[in-house]
Amino acid sequence: MSLAGHLAPSRAPVFRGRPARGGLLVAGLAVGALMLLPVAYLVLRAAGASTESWDLILRARTLALAFRSIGLAAAVTASAVAIGVPLAWLTARTDLPSRRLWSVLVALPLVIPSYVGAFALIAALGPGGIVQDLLAKPFGVERLPDISGFVGAWLALTLFTYPYVYLLVASGIKGLDPSHEEAARGLGESAWSTFVRVTLPMLRPSIAAGSLLVALYTLHDFGAVSLMRFQTFTQAIYLQYRGAFDRTPAAILSLFLVALALGVLVMEHKARGRARYYRSGAGSKRPSRVLSLGRWKWPALLFCGAVTAAAFALPVSVIAFWLIRGAVSGDGLNLTWAAAGNSVLVSGAGALVALVAALPVALLAVRFPGRSTTVMERLSYSGYALPGIVVALALVFFTANFSPALYQSLPLVVIAYVVLFLPQAVEPLSASLLQLGPRMEEAARALGVRRTRVFARIVAPLIARGLVSGAALVFLTAMKELPATLLLRPTGFETLATRVWTGATAGLYAHAAGPALLLVAACAVPLYVLARRVEVREVEVKAD
Amino acid sequence: MPQGERGPIVRRLAGLMALVAAVGMLSACGSDSSGGSGAGGASLVVYSGREEELVAPLLARFEKDEGIDLEVRYGDSAELAATLLEEGDAARADVFFSQDAGSLGVVAEAGLLTELDDSILERVDSQFRSDEGLWVGTSGRARVAAYNTNALAEEDLPDSVHAFTDPEWKGRIGFPPTNSSFQAFVAGMIATEGEDDTRAFLGGLVANEPETYEDNEAVVRALAEGVIDVGLVNHYYIYEVEADEGPIPVENHFFTGGDPGALVNAAGVGVLASSEEMDAARSFVEYLTGDAGQRYFAEDTFEYPVAHGLKPSVELVTLDQIQSPDVDLSDLGERLQPALTLLAEVGLL
Repeated sequence: MSLAGHLAPSRAPVFRGRPARGGLLVAGLAVGALMLLPVAYLVLRAAGASTESWDLILRARTLALAFRSIGLAAAVTASAVAIGVPLAWLTARTDLPSRRLWSVLVALPLVIPSYVGAFALIAALGPGGIVQDLLAKPFGVERLPDISGFVGAWLALTLFTYPYVYLLVASGIKGLDPSHEEAARGLGESAWSTFVRVTLPMLRPSIAAGSLLVALYTLHDFGAVSLMRFQTFTQAIYLQYRGAFDRTPAAILSLFLVALALGVLVMEHKARGRARYYRSGAGSKRPSRVLSLGRWKWPALLFCGAVTAAAFALPVSVIAFWLIRGAVSGDGLNLTWAAAGNSVLVSGAGALVALVAALPVALLAVRFPGRSTTVMERLSYSGYALPGIVVALALVFFTANFSPALYQSLPLVVIAYVVLFLPQAVEPLSASLLQLGPRMEEAARALGVRRTRVFARIVAPLIARGLVSGAALVFLTAMKELPATLLLRPTGFETLATRVWTGATAGLYAHAAGPALLLVAACAVPLYVLARRVEVREVEVKAD
Repeated sequence: MPQGERGPIVRRLAGLMALVAAVGMLSACGSDSSGGSGAGGASLVVYSGREEELVAPLLARFEKDEGIDLEVRYGDSAELAATLLEEGDAARADVFFSQDAGSLGVVAEAGLLTELDDSILERVDSQFRSDEGLWVGTSGRARVAAYNTNALAEEDLPDSVHAFTDPEWKGRIGFPPTNSSFQAFVAGMIATEGEDDTRAFLGGLVANEPETYEDNEAVVRALAEGVIDVGLVNHYYIYEVEADEGPIPVENHFFTGGDPGALVNAAGVGVLASSEEMDAARSFVEYLTGDAGQRYFAEDTFEYPVAHGLKPSVELVTLDQIQSPDVDLSDLGERLQPALTLLAEVGLL
């Protein structure tokens, strides 16, 4: 067996405790029940379908749409991994100049809603766009290559979703035990070969988790594909609502989308494998070495710069351009501070509740792996795979009819964010639990410490990075959420996303630019502080 | 690992949770207490599929003139219609103010709207109200061929939309196939000319390699840039884009002779049968179809007033002059699914 074979994640069976029971199981079942609401609603709607509706769905076109959606999801996921993994490695493990700044900059595109990003791409690169105007005079460029259709949707979704892979993998790299890599280097493997044959396999859970978030995001995205005019499954669902005002075919199509997502989940499960990703011997981790880039420094900088320019600087410049043009023509800046406060409040609450809901799901799935816990974890993804409008209508139906006090209230918006984005909290948590391993918990339990205390004193501090990433991902995604917020918010409750929408639907970009820029700022500041704190902590730990 | 420092993360998280929960409850209570009927004056809940930027000034004027408070929930017309269907008998809205007849039709068909008084219904042409009297039009929007005035003159444009299947228009035309206003136009053509002719027309359009766009406004912007020469859109998007960009070299051309390309669709309003504020709701509908409302649509949103006896703002061709096709808007609903099917068949969806 090769050297790498010995060092790669071991194939030994994973830890199997006793079957889950007690509070954890009850909490897990409660979360599972909440997450199943959208599917229950869809089954209810599809059950009343006439044969006509089924004829409408069971056509070659539906199959074609499924292939287009799968193709787009596969392409976007592949390119997001190709961008996100190298960025994570460069910012976490090398002497890249000003790497702390880069580690924040390359995460920032996450805060740009895909509909705003796609719009900015079209405004910049489309026919008659800003770039063409700039090139027209000096170079006589009449027309740029068309960026609509598949290419446009792929480009926009890649640029605005790769941070999911980047953030999860960066967090995964920081949680890695460097002893395997050191052994490989000590035995004469090159830096590159160590990365490919040792580091990458160890990062499989993080890469798989990030890919899953990107793939499912692509499946449910409407904004980017609709602006880029690429027909997908999700777009067909919206057409049924908006064009034909027909809920039944929309429900059937949505159930197909859930089935597609389950297919993706099975693939992710296979990719993650049944390996063990924690240290099995004695000893504890120590900080890993910083790798010198040498003459690769400039290409690395160019790569980081190009990605940041396309995915962050470009859309922000386009928004700023509209803002300034609006201000010059007397439209004012439309900096909606109250909406910004509302956004932060409701997204923050969504992030914290999602974190609490994600804990039992992740703990059960990682520590008590079995058929029922796996099924429970997988089902909790159904909300994330569905377009926002479907989840919103499901919650309208259940709360308006069975819990009127909750309907159109702030707590309902928070619940909607949990149903929509729970996997974004579960994935980083599971990944860090996988890296932690069960040894310390077992030791503490053997010493007679209560379960809850073991969690609070030992597990939580050690998976702090996963907790923080999970909450941050949900917060940032909830800040951008539109369809569910529009339908479920208390009347008159404005968020930044609803303000952007109000301006954009009236075609008044100057009115949309202010809230859009505030949205970017309101997300960028916490992201920056978060990244700085993580870095500072690490330096402190290293100094110990 | 400095455990003493990291230990309290759970406690800190719990503290943060408690804080957020407290703030959330406070604001929820706050919105509850202001949510009920205000002391004295009536309060009306409006689901508005019409854009806030367009109608908020009019609604504010209504509140002032009539002394009735409005709680307005803005959204997409079709999505608000779906919301009303899901709410069913537990409807929160008193009135539904919709961008298009289709959204009103589906809510009416579900039996959620109540009949309006004849005195209100008779204010508008029978074309612009529900056959059963369940909703009434508030303003009209006409389908037109908008054209770039640098590329074309008014006399270059045909009388019928069918002419755009001619090879002379190859590569010069644009429209938004995924937009509900375009789909309503296709449904209107099915209603007047049947599915086969509509399929032939759409096939001819596709053969001319059209540019397709996300919405009407994107078509008008492309026209302004000279990317296309002609676009099939609603008449008022020129004014919307000009409000943002300043003057653009684009004009509207109206088809004649009852051509399906000249369909006039209506925005409208209906009252929910479950409403407990029937008097206030009635005032709202009267206001929109009355002098103040109709004048606002004519002068501020560049739409067509639909009540008898009012003229649109000076620059517009008047509604009487538009030779629109003989289509009953309340019949359009059942043609929408066939329209989507045809659009998919020819590869436009």
